[in-house]
Amino acid sequence: MFRYIVKRILWLIPILLGVSFIVFTIMYLSPGDPVTMILGEGATEEAYQALRTQMGFDQSFIVQFLNYVRGVVFDFDLGRSYVSNRVVLDEILVRLPNTIRLASWSILFATLIGIPLGVISATRPYSKVDNVVMFISLVGVSMPTFWQALLLIILFTSTLGWLPASGFTSWQQMIMPVFALATSSMGTIARITRSSMMDVLDQDYIRTSEAKGVSDGRVIFQHALRNALIPVVTVIGLQFGALLGGAVLTETIFSINGLGTMMVNAIRTRDTMVVQGGVLFIAFIFTLVNLCVDILYAYIDPRIRSQYD
Amino acid sequence: MSLLQVNNLHTYFDTRRGTVKAVNGVTFSLEEGKTLGIVGESGSGKSQTAMSILKLFQKNQRIANGTIYFDGEEISSFSKKELLNIRGNEISMIFQEPMTSLNPVFTVKYQLMEALQLHQKLDSKAALARTYELLEAVKIPNPERVIKQYPHQLSGGMSQRVMIAMALACSPKLLIADEPTTALDVIIQAEILKLMNELKEKFNTSILFITHDLGVISQMADDVIVMYGGKIVESAPIKEIFKNAQHPYTKRLMAAFLRTDIKQRSTNEALDFYSSENEQFDFSNFRENADADPDWIQINDNHYVAATLKQHPVS
Repeated sequence: MFRYIVKRILWLIPILLGVSFIVFTIMYLSPGDPVTMILGEGATEEAYQALRTQMGFDQSFIVQFLNYVRGVVFDFDLGRSYVSNRVVLDEILVRLPNTIRLASWSILFATLIGIPLGVISATRPYSKVDNVVMFISLVGVSMPTFWQALLLIILFTSTLGWLPASGFTSWQQMIMPVFALATSSMGTIARITRSSMMDVLDQDYIRTSEAKGVSDGRVIFQHALRNALIPVVTVIGLQFGALLGGAVLTETIFSINGLGTMMVNAIRTRDTMVVQGGVLFIAFIFTLVNLCVDILYAYIDPRIRSQYD
Repeated sequence: MSLLQVNNLHTYFDTRRGTVKAVNGVTFSLEEGKTLGIVGESGSGKSQTAMSILKLFQKNQRIANGTIYFDGEEISSFSKKELLNIRGNEISMIFQEPMTSLNPVFTVKYQLMEALQLHQKLDSKAALARTYELLEAVKIPNPERVIKQYPHQLSGGMSQRVMIAMALACSPKLLIADEPTTALDVIIQAEILKLMNELKEKFNTSILFITHDLGVISQMADDVIVMYGGKIVESAPIKEIFKNAQHPYTKRLMAAFLRTDIKQRSTNEALDFYSSENEQFDFSNFRENADADPDWIQINDNHYVAATLKQHPVS
């Protein structure tokens, strides 16, 4: 198990190198000249050349890439923003808490509501309760988050005036973005839980536990749910990773200063270094979340655990 | 007073396309310390008869008619809660697929201790001691190691031994074995059957043994009932049924079972015999008249045969 984790952590190196190479290449090939952008159109040729040399843009593509990687690896230096001249890593770290808070609360709600809904559905398949739950989760999955966000603002801010439409510090400010973001994950989690649970409830070992005299509740939550969790955990991990990387629309609508907003602004202003650093950072978090998911698998299912050894 | 008395049992499945009468008027009894075999082909209702005893039902399944008495109590009218005290305690079950019948995410120890702690107020130390006893009783080598293992680390034979240990945990009066050796190879099968017979003596447990394998039933049962189409077609003591089978369906089952001891019968011969016997017995008619109770003809002591035939060989 320990060896497996170490192996997986070592795998992070080629993955992140690959990601940074792809992002670096795309940004290198995309139009727009950072030097002109910093100096403005009216700069002299000498000033232009001096800054170009200073920033290393006169060197070949490979050298530029290696310099960038060296900076990241040895100094945790993701470069400076061309627009604000601030350190990219600081820009990310300032916004990270907001994003993490938004993603965590959303996934927490989605899980705590989605799994029980899925279980309820699976134990009463094709009943009225099941139909209602599946309808709600279908709506949750299908309704675009930004549209939901707008509807929430119209109802709770414009009409009722109960909740503030922007910001992300007080709990009142958090309700709407978390809700808007959680519904689609919740729908997905409920549906996956239902199908996985229905599969498991048909298994021979469930009949064994019933024949043993185990009560219904214990059969469902002790014997069945744990077996049904693997696909659910996968989905939760993927959803959480996605939320961390890009609740872009939700953050924008509710004016939350998170990673999503930062990335959108950076792309809009061709702030290459911020885009590059942001993507790399999000990829890093995403792979970490996936690592945690894989470790969770081993915790849940002993068959996977023995594969790891 | 028999330990188990099943009277006129009807078990139905309600489906969208109508009612499926899986068990359609089955009556039998099982005495204490005895083994009763139920034989029949797939779909004959033998497993559903067994499932009805503990009401291990699908959502659309129900006992439509009939009663089941166990140890003097009418358990067919028991509530779910009352049944929980019987299941795994006084009546246990083992199943066909040992490899899939144990929960893959729990250790052998957890699953055995659970059976004990559900029904007996044992502290964990006493339960653990009893668990070791059980593993030794089912002859599991190296119990210290096995107890910590997960089902995927066990072979089929070992899994079935664990299943048997789990079933015997609370010293049940009745063990229902639903094709317990069908999924195992012949050597392991022989070992498990031998073990079951030994444990039956040791724990003084009655066994209801369900199988389609006449070879297995000959080693296990005192009496046999033969089922077809949700009904009993013949019931007799084990020796009688092998010597003096009367019902065409029983004969057909016998023919399908190639006996090497008497005469080497080729598969083709067996099939020829099967179809010639078929002409005497109107199988479709048997199904169509399924609701009518057959007349019973007594052949011998405890040997009865259903007389739902076109031309009955006896009459």
